Amino acid sequence: MALPFPLSDLLVILPELILSELALGILLWAAVVKRERERALAWASLASLAIAAALLPVAASFAGELPRSAFGGMIALDGFSLFFKALTLLAAAVTILFSLRFVGTSPYPGGEYYALLLLTTVGMMFMASGTHLVSIYVALELMALSQYVLAGYFKQETKSVEAAAKYFVLGAFSSGVLLYGLSLVYGATGTLSLGGVSAALEAAPRSTLLMVGVVLVACGMLFKVASAPFHVWAPDVYEGAPTPVSAFFAVGPKLAAYAIFARIFFDGFGPRSDDWAPVLAASAALTMVVGNVGALMQTNVKRLLGYSSIGHAGYALLGLLAYRAGGAAGQPEAFGLWAILFYLTAYLLMTFGAFGLVVLLEAKGYATESVDDFNGLWKRNPLAAGAMVVFLLSLAGIPPTAGFVGKYLLFSAALKAGWPALVVLGVLMSAVSLFYYFRIVRAMYLVDGEGEVRWREEPAVAVAVGLCFAGTLAFGVLPQPLIALAKSCLLP
Amino acid sequence: MNLPLWLIPALPLAGFLLNGSVALFSGWRRARKATAAWREAHPGDHGHDEHGDAGHGPGDHGHDDHGHHGPFLPYGERLFYGVVGVLSVGLAAVVALANAVPYALASTASEGGIGPVVQSVWKWMAAGHVSIDMAFRLDPLSAMMVSFVTFVGLLIHVFSVGYMQDEEGYGRYFAYLNLFMFAMLTLILADSLVVLFIGWEGVGLCSYLLIGYYYDKDFAHAAGKKAFVTNRIGDFGMVLGIFGILALFGTADFSFVDMAKAGAVNGTASITVYAVCLLLFLGAVGKSAQVPLYVWLPDAMAGPTPVSALIHAATMVTAGVYLVARCSAVFVLAPDALTLVAWVGAGTAVFAATIGLAQNDIKKVLAYSTVSQLGYMFLACGVGAFGVGMFHVFTHAFFKACLFLGSGSVIMAMHHEQDMRAMGGLGRKVPRTYLTMMVATVAIAGIPPLAGFFSKDQILGAAFAGGHLVLFAIGLLTAGMTAFYMFRLARMTFYGEFRGTPEAEKRVHESPATMTIPLIVLAAGSILVGFLGVPEALGGANRFVSFLAPSLATAHPHHLSHATEYVLMALSVGVAAAGILLAWRWYGQKGATPEVPSAAAQAFYEKTGALGRLVENKWYVDEGIEAAVLSPFRRIGTFLWRGFDSLVIDGIVNASAFLVELTGDLVRFFTTGNVRNYALSFTLGVLVLALYVFLR
Amino acid sequence: MITLAHFVGLSFVVFTIGVVGVLVRRNLLTVLMSIELILNAVNINLVAFSRQLGDLTGQVFSVFVIIVAAGEAAIGLAIVLSLYRLKSSVNLEDAAEMRG
Repeated sequence: MALPFPLSDLLVILPELILSELALGILLWAAVVKRERERALAWASLASLAIAAALLPVAASFAGELPRSAFGGMIALDGFSLFFKALTLLAAAVTILFSLRFVGTSPYPGGEYYALLLLTTVGMMFMASGTHLVSIYVALELMALSQYVLAGYFKQETKSVEAAAKYFVLGAFSSGVLLYGLSLVYGATGTLSLGGVSAALEAAPRSTLLMVGVVLVACGMLFKVASAPFHVWAPDVYEGAPTPVSAFFAVGPKLAAYAIFARIFFDGFGPRSDDWAPVLAASAALTMVVGNVGALMQTNVKRLLGYSSIGHAGYALLGLLAYRAGGAAGQPEAFGLWAILFYLTAYLLMTFGAFGLVVLLEAKGYATESVDDFNGLWKRNPLAAGAMVVFLLSLAGIPPTAGFVGKYLLFSAALKAGWPALVVLGVLMSAVSLFYYFRIVRAMYLVDGEGEVRWREEPAVAVAVGLCFAGTLAFGVLPQPLIALAKSCLLP
Repeated sequence: MNLPLWLIPALPLAGFLLNGSVALFSGWRRARKATAAWREAHPGDHGHDEHGDAGHGPGDHGHDDHGHHGPFLPYGERLFYGVVGVLSVGLAAVVALANAVPYALASTASEGGIGPVVQSVWKWMAAGHVSIDMAFRLDPLSAMMVSFVTFVGLLIHVFSVGYMQDEEGYGRYFAYLNLFMFAMLTLILADSLVVLFIGWEGVGLCSYLLIGYYYDKDFAHAAGKKAFVTNRIGDFGMVLGIFGILALFGTADFSFVDMAKAGAVNGTASITVYAVCLLLFLGAVGKSAQVPLYVWLPDAMAGPTPVSALIHAATMVTAGVYLVARCSAVFVLAPDALTLVAWVGAGTAVFAATIGLAQNDIKKVLAYSTVSQLGYMFLACGVGAFGVGMFHVFTHAFFKACLFLGSGSVIMAMHHEQDMRAMGGLGRKVPRTYLTMMVATVAIAGIPPLAGFFSKDQILGAAFAGGHLVLFAIGLLTAGMTAFYMFRLARMTFYGEFRGTPEAEKRVHESPATMTIPLIVLAAGSILVGFLGVPEALGGANRFVSFLAPSLATAHPHHLSHATEYVLMALSVGVAAAGILLAWRWYGQKGATPEVPSAAAQAFYEKTGALGRLVENKWYVDEGIEAAVLSPFRRIGTFLWRGFDSLVIDGIVNASAFLVELTGDLVRFFTTGNVRNYALSFTLGVLVLALYVFLR
Repeated sequence: MITLAHFVGLSFVVFTIGVVGVLVRRNLLTVLMSIELILNAVNINLVAFSRQLGDLTGQVFSVFVIIVAAGEAAIGLAIVLSLYRLKSSVNLEDAAEMRG
């Protein structure tokens, strides 16, 4: 029987294929491994991620000229997807480093945890590659279903299970809405491939059916990136999930969601951008305000960082809005898009860094890490305090950090695209954001701690945080290589 | 010798890294030892610290009080920190002078100056059509700034070696001070507003950390909040101002100054020149502590005194003036904005001076004086005399640093007493501090031929020549008040009888050489640097201002006749002399008590009451002046300080905080924790967006 | 005669019932069923459009949706179970510890 696709298409998804196999292998191994040997599973997962990362260039070279479409237009391998795949692999690796002891010392088995993490990663990688609404949907669900389980992994903790229940109900609800939107788009355009949708929109008149579909899809996507008014799940889930999982949620799935967001809305709905851009703009404005203002009053650090990540989703939306900005004489340069790529990389580094220090914090109870737990940290651990300051400065967009460069790029892109009001709001909200970030700085430097909260001595986390620290500073001082890379990884 | 400009900020950065890592390592080792010692003492208690987390040892908590039980650190380690700290700034000063002096000589030798030297180190980021280089610029303005910042900074580092020797965090202190120098020098040397912004935020961060470093308790709660709110407002303006400049000129590097001079402004930009100037000025107001964002500066005095001298008097707070001067070509395109600058400056000058009249804390007097002098500088810029404004920045750095360091020396001599009412008669006990501080006091009061006279007189002259008579009058009044409160300070501190306890009197001692030598150098500077800018009317060539001219906007020069200038000079000196005389009369005389030193006159009257009408009448005259002039001012000062400052400004700060908290609560209110409500908000969001698309 | 409009109308009604169910029901199991209703509304749409357009993609997509829905139900029930173990209740209102 002849395959409906050339065999070489399999090589395009080689990293994903191998990673899925390895994930299932780890799941099997987990069934027989002794509880005290579980650390090996973590290292094996880390190795799997490394293998997948090493296979990325291999797949790219086998694929020949990029962009390479495969499986009848379901999947595409291009610079854009490679960039996101590398980022998601990095996110998963950092999460495993965070989890080593956090999960290892917990009463819960590690095997399924790591396997689920890897499967989430596979989902995210397919999301980055998807060029057909069916493949995008299936990849999205692979990621989301694994996420629900991970959120509730500490199943004896009410907060963890509550987070899972909330995330599940809202996530399933939102993907239902998204799907309904997709079905309407299918009805209006007669196709589900992004290229086909784009071509049909180019030709078709504006119909209500279609626009409702587009809006429903937009709502589903805004939910995934935790934008207002679809953000409410994020603080609860980040607070309740195990801390390494919260860190992962704040970064990995969001990156992948931005990838499909950009792909669906530019490759697919691009011709109708005048219709949906105001929707995104309104959501971006609301998101920046809600995220940053909501964070002000928080005492729980994970919750605070959750709100902060909502604020950052708002900034990143500015980049999506400015996608086609900055071209000379009608030549689109996609300034906004590569600004997003840079920003998301910076966001990954600084968010993981900040969460890493929360992982190191051994709070008195599950999910009770509070700002006060940072009191007097600079006396107890000056290096950690210094690193935290850099992460927080970066999150607030203060130079010379990667966060500043990212924000600068996003805001100038938005200015070029003609959204000055949003930029003013963004700058204002960045100023507001310093208040809650500096509550942590104040706790670390200006308040005496009595050492009620112990700090984990955890080399794996320290290595991961050190990596994030180096990256946050390096891409702030020398951003040009990353900018150049991002520029070469745009959507075709 | 060709020393690249990047060395100037890089050297303090290296000092920061070296001192920081050594302090980190030795702190870690000490904590280890303390933990080990503690373990030996508590052999049965192993479970607690099984992982031996660094810095968590109980030994750490013994030294929390900043008492004076002798040096905390071994001599060798202290020596290392001091040498690294001083040497890195010293080398930076050498590099700075090696660049600036030849440049200045070449520039003054050639007609119209020579162009700026721009050295790009690497391409920082290229975004769209705007590319930003990590580039440093040597031009008259930055050459002048970098010279005095490194020089004064070096002296303050040397001073700190002695002043901070008893402190636990000696190494970290020098690390932070070096980090500050790095940020400040980046700010000055930057060739682009975006690179300048690195330094701008960096100095703010260092200031915040250094203020709260040792005296954490109070600052952490009240003062930190103020400093924070005001700086955020300023930064908001600054960032938007940078984006505005980008929109107007398409570039953020300082070539936009030349474009502005040539009038090449993008008229189709979505922002006007006026708005951009206002935004940049908002940033400057926040950084340079002008009304209404000045409130943080007096509170910042909670930090160690050398920090006050370096950051909150000589360097960082002048960054706002520097920014306005740097962008002067843009400001002259918006005359209304310039007028606002002048009025804010003048208003701040007189306002802060009034408050200064009523202060009894020696550092608070100097703090309000700094705010007032910064107002002077903005006044100069506002009337178009940017060069003169920068001249005042320059001279002010010397005498104000000298005053702050002197006050530090006094405070140390008094064993951390800052209230002037408990001082008095210190002149004989700390002669070097006394002499140097008196020189600086005379200089700030504007008595010729010391530095303050030349710069202040030219500011007044510029205001007068520009036809801003009200501004001129305000400036003149401020000059009188400055002389008054400074001599009040001198009189209460150094003259009369000691008003503290006898034990305190016994312990008063002169400071070590590491502290007095910087004082002497700065005092010499306060005498000499004024001669760099002797106006033509006095036979000079005003080299300072003409040297700076190429960097600044070509202000419309209003030439006064020499006769008018002489009259103005006489007027300003006369007003200053009047202030001095009044202060001399009313403060620090015999029989004063710590509670009411100014009632010295009353005691005098009681003793000599029978002696005759002459003295009595004199007293009436003076009391009349006191009642008619000074007392209202002091009352206004007290009111402004107590009432305005703590009611209105605190009110604004608290109100904005409240507003933000309210919105925060609103957001929290909608986050009920109930999934069904979340689903409802989701659905409502969908409906609203769908409706919007429907109705379009 | 039954036209496409009927199918789309039916799908919309089912979708609305599902959404309202999620909004008003407290029982997590009922909410789960309401979400299944939403997915079935999608399937009706997909199949109807597929038939109308003469394009198989829609029907294939609906098969995928059914499969994903099965996985979703499995995980949903697992979460219901662990919630019940902790709270002795499958009421969503009892899972509202985190807020603000």
